[in-house]
Amino acid sequence: MPHSVLPGFRLALACTLLYLGVIVLLPLAALLWQASGLGFARFVAVVTSERALAAFRITVLCAAGATVFNAVYGLALAWVLARYEFPGKRLLDALVDVPFALPTAVAGVALTALFARNGWYGALLDPLGITVAYTPLGIMAAMSFTSIPFVTRSVQPVLEDLSTEVEEAAETLGAGHWRIFVSVVFPALFPAFLAGCSLAFARSLGEFGAVIFIAGNQPFRTEIAALLTFIRLEEYDYQAAAAIATVMLAAAFLMLLVTNAIQLWSLRHQRAGR
Amino acid sequence: MSAARRRRGVGDAALFRIPLILIVAAIAGIIIVGPLAVVFSEALKLGFGTYLSNLATPDTRHAIWLTVATALVAVPINTAFGVAAAWAIAKFEFRGKGLLTALVELPFSISPIVAGVAYLFVYGAQGWFGPLLEAWGVKIMFAYPAIVLASLFVTAPFVAREVLPLMQAQGSSEEEAALSLGASGWRTLFSVTLPNIRWALLYGVALTNARVMGEFGAVSVVSGSIRGVTNTLPLQIELLYQDYNAAGAFAAATVLVGIALLTIVAKLAVERFGARD
Repeated sequence: MPHSVLPGFRLALACTLLYLGVIVLLPLAALLWQASGLGFARFVAVVTSERALAAFRITVLCAAGATVFNAVYGLALAWVLARYEFPGKRLLDALVDVPFALPTAVAGVALTALFARNGWYGALLDPLGITVAYTPLGIMAAMSFTSIPFVTRSVQPVLEDLSTEVEEAAETLGAGHWRIFVSVVFPALFPAFLAGCSLAFARSLGEFGAVIFIAGNQPFRTEIAALLTFIRLEEYDYQAAAAIATVMLAAAFLMLLVTNAIQLWSLRHQRAGR
Repeated sequence: MSAARRRRGVGDAALFRIPLILIVAAIAGIIIVGPLAVVFSEALKLGFGTYLSNLATPDTRHAIWLTVATALVAVPINTAFGVAAAWAIAKFEFRGKGLLTALVELPFSISPIVAGVAYLFVYGAQGWFGPLLEAWGVKIMFAYPAIVLASLFVTAPFVAREVLPLMQAQGSSEEEAALSLGASGWRTLFSVTLPNIRWALLYGVALTNARVMGEFGAVSVVSGSIRGVTNTLPLQIELLYQDYNAAGAFAAATVLVGIALLTIVAKLAVERFGARD
């Protein structure tokens, strides 16, 4: 029984469960049911076909590349926002939320226009022999854009709450600033940092709208898993679409487990630190 | 704030601080401001008159209308769901609370394409209810209801995510006081709880609205992208773009950029007024 004098527990819980059941769980169950209609052997054959494996590999590698970028840049962004005062700070802080609020299709067409050979950025990169549009680099750029806020928004509150006493103590003991960062500050941030990275990676694995415009979508080279699912649907190969979508769903669940495990660990870590 | 109080912490030396701020701001300009700016630049390339006439084409007007109609239904539903879920999770202790919280956030980590495909297998011709719906003459898939349903799935967590931490931090002593003074449960919700979380709620609603209006992957699977019928604004952008009508695509995109910027303004308002409360 809930230990509270407030009313509405049953109603709120019933509404929440009913809604989640109809809107979220029912479709996911239908997807798994459709995929199971394939039978184990055909399911394996579909998801390990050369084209599917290539799509999974491209998706995972590009998502990893985007996550590495966001790990470094997101941390620097969080650091600057949490530690320094400077003109335009509120604007920079607001800009971090743009990738959450901007529709992915808009991000996709905008990045494609920027990185096209005659675009603002493409024209600068082309003489250097770097092509971003219609290459895996473009996929990475799109995935990076849509997942910018995750690392920053995970790390920033922890960094703001971090007491400076430990840093000062380390300094009086003669530690250099780099040494203090590596052995005092970063370990305190690490769980939040890791949780942000895993959220960014999960989001990048499933990204569709921003990627398809800039990717070029060539099978075996720039075709991501989400697009392959879409193509199978358009070919009316529903079971193959269900199989690939199931693998993506499994990856999402795995990432969710990893993120939750990190968050649990970070909670314990914080308690132990006190 | 804390940075001013600290005299010389790690990384506070000007030789490190100023270049770092400049580099981070420059990258933000390149990767965040650049895409926003290029949308307006491309949309207005052929002049303001062409921009307006691009926005006024019947298909684009219909897409704007359909997008607004979707948001008008999906945003209130997900707002009510978010508040109900947050009420259950924040104000009560029960078994399986962690699992419920994870379930509420689940759509956040699922690819929109996976969501769209999953809906196809519920309401599509080859789905669970497809034959039944067809026999009854009810059209859900490739029509307005499917667009709303897919949008509901994708944006289900947003309101709960924004208001839950605040409701947990505030506890329930004010609600208990209202109840002991004789207020009903609903009265307590509307005159105590909701005013207390109004700024976070506003941002949650704004974010839900932006995501509903901008949803692309899930909607592109379930809508069938029928020109002038089931094309929402993001799908219309794709269609114009594939037709090599870049100016038209970017003109339509400016509408969504405008909504995204309004969302950011809502966030700034939340920070300013929410901190004062």
